[in-house]
Amino acid sequence: MGYPERLENVAVLGAAGKMGSGIVLLVSQEMADLSLKPENKSRVYVLHAVDLSHQALSGLMGYLREQVRKSAEKKIVALRLAYSDRADLVDNGEIVDAYIARVLDVVRPATVLESAAQAGVVFEAAPEDLGLKLRLLSKCGGQGPDGPWIFTNTSSIPIHEIDEKAKLGGRVMGFHFYNPPAVQKLVELIRGKTTLPEVAKFAEALAKSLRKTVVLSRDVAGFIGNGHFMRDMLHGIAEAERLAQREAPPGGQARSMPFTHAVYSVNKVSQDFLVRPMGIFQLVDYVGLDVCQCILNVMDPRLPGKDLKSALIDRLLGQGVKGGQRHDGSQKDGFLKYEGGKIAGVWDPEAKRYAPVAELQAECDKKLGPLPEPALPWKAAVKHPSKDKALAEFFGKLDAMTTLGAELAKRYGGRSKEIGLGLVSDGVAASAEDVNKVLLTGFFHAYGPVNEYFKAQETPAGQKVTR
Amino acid sequence: MNKLRRKVYMTAGFNTVSMGSGRKEFHPKKPRPGLEDYIKEAGKGTLGKIGGAKNVDEGVIGNFMAARFNNQGNLAALIPAIDQGLQWKPCTRVEGACCSGALALMAGIKSVLAETAEVVLAVGVEVQNTVKAVYGADILSTAGWRKERKAGHAHFFPGKFSDRAGAYYAKHGKDKTRRAMARWYRNAVENARLCPTAQEHQNTQKDLEAAGMTEPDAKSFVEHLSVYDCSKVSDGASAIAIMSEEGLRRAGIAKPDSVEVVGFGQVEADLTVPPGDLARLETTARAVEAALGSAGIKAADIGTVETHDCFTIAGVMATEAIGLAKAGEGPDFVLAGETSRTGSVPFNTTGGLVGWGHPTGATGVHQAVTIWEQLTGKAGPAQIKLSPERPYGLSINMGGDDKTVVAIVYRRGA
Repeated sequence: MGYPERLENVAVLGAAGKMGSGIVLLVSQEMADLSLKPENKSRVYVLHAVDLSHQALSGLMGYLREQVRKSAEKKIVALRLAYSDRADLVDNGEIVDAYIARVLDVVRPATVLESAAQAGVVFEAAPEDLGLKLRLLSKCGGQGPDGPWIFTNTSSIPIHEIDEKAKLGGRVMGFHFYNPPAVQKLVELIRGKTTLPEVAKFAEALAKSLRKTVVLSRDVAGFIGNGHFMRDMLHGIAEAERLAQREAPPGGQARSMPFTHAVYSVNKVSQDFLVRPMGIFQLVDYVGLDVCQCILNVMDPRLPGKDLKSALIDRLLGQGVKGGQRHDGSQKDGFLKYEGGKIAGVWDPEAKRYAPVAELQAECDKKLGPLPEPALPWKAAVKHPSKDKALAEFFGKLDAMTTLGAELAKRYGGRSKEIGLGLVSDGVAASAEDVNKVLLTGFFHAYGPVNEYFKAQETPAGQKVTR
Repeated sequence: MNKLRRKVYMTAGFNTVSMGSGRKEFHPKKPRPGLEDYIKEAGKGTLGKIGGAKNVDEGVIGNFMAARFNNQGNLAALIPAIDQGLQWKPCTRVEGACCSGALALMAGIKSVLAETAEVVLAVGVEVQNTVKAVYGADILSTAGWRKERKAGHAHFFPGKFSDRAGAYYAKHGKDKTRRAMARWYRNAVENARLCPTAQEHQNTQKDLEAAGMTEPDAKSFVEHLSVYDCSKVSDGASAIAIMSEEGLRRAGIAKPDSVEVVGFGQVEADLTVPPGDLARLETTARAVEAALGSAGIKAADIGTVETHDCFTIAGVMATEAIGLAKAGEGPDFVLAGETSRTGSVPFNTTGGLVGWGHPTGATGVHQAVTIWEQLTGKAGPAQIKLSPERPYGLSINMGGDDKTVVAIVYRRGA
């Protein structure tokens, strides 16, 4: 079965979720594009979009209509060629409408898993819960070599484990899109030790056809992306806890500040001082504290001795603080509270309320000290014509500074580098370049964690920063 | 052509801002002025300079496709909306694609020549940012023959002029032509920076010629043109008063504050027949020849030109159609600086279509307004110095792919 044939019948599980809807959007267009090729005219392309509720699926269809229009408008030059044999379609507007109809015709919303029984390819985009994924996959299509090829969007669960437990016989591969899939260029492909070569070959062909940047990750819990992000997050949490607990940094003086101040400060350092698109606590909120907890719950038992857990995240979730995103992409409140996209407050787990940022900002900023001059905001850095030079200059000045902000930033950048090098030495990533590529394209960092700007930190005695 | 039976003047020109991407106040998702707002602003601007609507005998409005951009027809009836004093006066709407503005001028000129009017208010208008460019291309493609649309490019007119550029490169050399097009772009934006109503007035790009040299990308756009070679999508209106000597007296306007129309050429080519030579603007050449002939002057007498540079290549080719450069030497003429604001014949001194903007139905009127400003010393920071040996101005307005063309020759009233 060749590529165009394999894609004739596809199912997406969890189709109305944030990741699932993006996958439906990309794959249904790929299928529609195939169907427009003369050699595929006799094929019927069907994508079963499976999710729990009709309401969510109705939302998915609205999202598709809007997004396919945008995409059709962008690729109108190619679409006019694809429709050149249709004498009835003359204007761009007619061609765009015809393409939207074609894509929507491919997509069949469904609330029952059985509708996916005939699928040759299944994209699984259910929540990060192994039990749930196994229940879904066990009901999905036939068993044995004729069963569907499964591409799981898991961002942390080892593929070989899914294969063994769901008895898939190697018909499974990790196909990890980044959020949102239609926009993010990066795809992490994870081949389990049992994954069949033809399945891997198909995944690479599909990723290429979707014009994704592919990074191959070894099949270790968390892979490259979350392998870095979770450890990076735990460092940020540990730093905030340390600042709030009067703990002295190595060779430094004990300083203390309220917990809310510490969270604000570490968030600011990890954004402005490290020239990142958002601070670490904002990123955790963006992903969702619950999702982060799920990922830690997958990683920790599978990577013994690394202590990949956070009592603080568990505590906040216990208080109902979850983060995540609304359908329009705006952020829900988590560690931080957001108003009009801006940070307006910091969660105080003792008082169980958000402390307004306006009340603590000036004091914290003063304690952190100034940014190196000239400042280099992330947006300016990524657009900078000589980005590497500008970053080297900025971090060179930072290195010479001894303020609290500079010290925190240097420790943070060093830890991030150490994590990156660890992923290479543990064999999760084939090279430092791959780690950097994931952070540059999947997390939109302006520079990779393995760089010359920061020194990897040695384990300071008594510090729980090495994981 | 017979000698003009009476003298015809133009005066009291007015331009709205050419609104669209490039203007800081433009935001595609925020509400903007509509068709009638632009017509009123431009019309009132001219009426204010000629003693009001009572002095106007007739109105004419040039517009290309309000029926589709704005779902509005019967535009003649929007002229009385400018001022109550225009209620019940005869008004006409004319359409000739992007040449609609100059057709409005011609309708006014002919009314004055026919002695049915002493003062005609001529308005040109187009409001195009109501639709995305991808659908705007469909609307603009109606300036071509409908039966060519299916085989045509998604971006229909950029596709047409890309083909012309390709043919020109093949015939006369690509390198110098691309460089001349980039120079054309630079001149256009530098002139627009001097004109507050220009769409590119706020353009701050440093190396304009480097931008102009951007390599075309056939996959996302067209083969031989980049976006810098194209005029943008614009909303705007222009107005001017066309008068007899009696009209000038009635409005109390001194002749030196007006320009005299000393000749014109109006030429139509068959829409269903493709151009014989893509590397030449034949209809434009014929219109200019007729205009110069009726004025009794030579190309070398012209001191400034407003030409229809919907694309930079059309600007370069116009220098040949006018007869200022020989076939194949238009690029050399441009690269030698002859068309720049300090050259022998400054072209498009407020930016032209590439720099000032191209609200399609307004463009022909805007060109006349710019010539009037330059010849009467009212161009402000954009004012050029005209040599007494070359006292004439020339405007060339083109509809479709060199199908409907009007060329007009002006000199300062005396």
